[in-house]
Amino acid sequence: MKILKDLFKHHLAFRAGAVIVLLVFLLVSLSFFSPYEATERRVVPKNQAPSLNHILGTTALGQDVFWLLTFAIRNSLMVAGLAVLIGRSIAVLLGSFSGYMGGGVDKVLQSIVDSFIVIPRLPLLILISVIVKGGLNLWGLALLLGFLDIFWPSKRYRSQILSLREREFTYTAVFSGMNTFNIILKEHFPFFIPYLLADAVSGFLWAIGMEITLAILGLCDLTRPTIGTMIYWGNYYQALLSQRLWVLAAPVIGSIFIVVAFYLISTSLSEYLDPRTRLKRLGASQ
Amino acid sequence: MNLLKSYLLPRIAQWVITVFIGITVTFIIPRLIPGDPVERTLSSLGSLQTLDPRAVESLKEALADLYGLDGTQFDQYINFWKRLFKGDLGPSLSAFPTPVIEIIAKGLPWTVGLLTTSTLISWSLGIALGTLAGYSPKRLWWQIVDKAFISIYPIPHYILALILVMVFSYYFPIFPLVGGASGKPTLSWTYISSIFEHSLLPATSLIVLSTAFRFIMAKALTTTVAGSDYVGYAETAGLSKWRIVLFYVIQNTMLPQVTDLGLSLGAVFSGALIIEIVFSYPGIGYSLYMGVFQADFNLILGITIFSIVGIATAALIVDLSYPLLDPRVRYK
Repeated sequence: MKILKDLFKHHLAFRAGAVIVLLVFLLVSLSFFSPYEATERRVVPKNQAPSLNHILGTTALGQDVFWLLTFAIRNSLMVAGLAVLIGRSIAVLLGSFSGYMGGGVDKVLQSIVDSFIVIPRLPLLILISVIVKGGLNLWGLALLLGFLDIFWPSKRYRSQILSLREREFTYTAVFSGMNTFNIILKEHFPFFIPYLLADAVSGFLWAIGMEITLAILGLCDLTRPTIGTMIYWGNYYQALLSQRLWVLAAPVIGSIFIVVAFYLISTSLSEYLDPRTRLKRLGASQ
Repeated sequence: MNLLKSYLLPRIAQWVITVFIGITVTFIIPRLIPGDPVERTLSSLGSLQTLDPRAVESLKEALADLYGLDGTQFDQYINFWKRLFKGDLGPSLSAFPTPVIEIIAKGLPWTVGLLTTSTLISWSLGIALGTLAGYSPKRLWWQIVDKAFISIYPIPHYILALILVMVFSYYFPIFPLVGGASGKPTLSWTYISSIFEHSLLPATSLIVLSTAFRFIMAKALTTTVAGSDYVGYAETAGLSKWRIVLFYVIQNTMLPQVTDLGLSLGAVFSGALIIEIVFSYPGIGYSLYMGVFQADFNLILGITIFSIVGIATAALIVDLSYPLLDPRVRYK
């Protein structure tokens, strides 16, 4: 709590990011009060420009863009959040196992990880979703994105663990007879968790981007509203050529606000956690 | 000799491992899904009705042959490799019987051209701007550039490309909307300039996207180096700012950037695929898009395999040029 207060006071980027994220969550919670069902179509007049009745206009399928957007953001955030949860948990296990074990195990694991880092993920993602076409609902998509986003983060976590292992306080703990499990839990994790939080955001952003890309290609469940499928149906009914810009503008602008806000929070968080800038700040406030 | 043993051989071994893992994954994935892959592929193929029955029969045979469904899983796996060694990726299903490799060969020059130019430009631009911004972070001008890149960086590739298409081809039609060139491929000035004109917008989007990441990384690296003792001494000695930036800062931040370039090629390539799809640029990405559109599984599989091998090889080339830059590797 004190950290949040501190961040809020000293960091413009964090303030901006936090306010937008708060608004996004407000929008998401509004989806529970929507007058329409998420997958309902032809409930309002088609192709209406934004007006008082429909503040963001309506789509070619007869949906209200504003309420559709609340569902879309909810689903997209859910998919990305779940993907991050799955991917990062495995990445943490893999990275710390590799880092703590060292030696031959580490070498073998790292050459596998390096291979997967080099392999381009988008063609692989497209290949898999083409094969399971139709079977890929939101949960499946989250699982798939999670599995493909293990390797880069696990490499970063491993190097964090390696550097923590060489720190002086680790040696002090070892020599004073603390057991390995306690060292990891009490000495290393307090350093590791904040780093993990800041880093998880990059996975979150990647997952949002990939969800959009797959939906554009028509490779996921197109009946569920997400940011990606909103753009897909907008393109499908030629929103750009027939001057119905509002259909595309809502998901495009929404997604930009979301990713920039989360990114600002993550950078200000990691800057805040960096010991060098921390000392500077302490010096300035005294 | 020492260089070969301690640096080059492990890199080449890593390339072999990468290709082996990548190809094995593409072999396993289609077999994880239950059901007969031949029937499944045929049933999802939209153009089937328009083919005459004999063509369908030969298509079926080609598919069965392609999946190599005879024998045990292990036999199939060996056959899969044998075919790949011969450079055979099978026929395309939507443009039967054109071989997939021919379609890839047609798109390859476009993708490689787009990718190398934009990577080189964004790499140099990102390092140059990032280093300057990191070296004098107080300047208002650099702060504006910094904020701009930080806001562009997290935007998904597709969204940014879509905005650029909307603005520059639709509202201010300065650039041609789709395609790679106009007219017949000849060595004339008009044809070459039309290639350039068509590639301008896709290349710009790709450059904007990858420069943002390079800039952020270069700035972070420079901030560390700028606080180091040797830069402090150089400043005390009264060396000119340009000399310090060029020979003291950039040279020392270069190595992690090269390492990262090799590793990030896969991500850049994925970005290029998305850009090609948005701008209908006639490269591999667009072929992939057409493959998805026409449920041409074979084409998608072929492009996936090809891009894994291609990117792994490109990363190997970057890695092998590393000793040219880092004297520590050379003299170890």
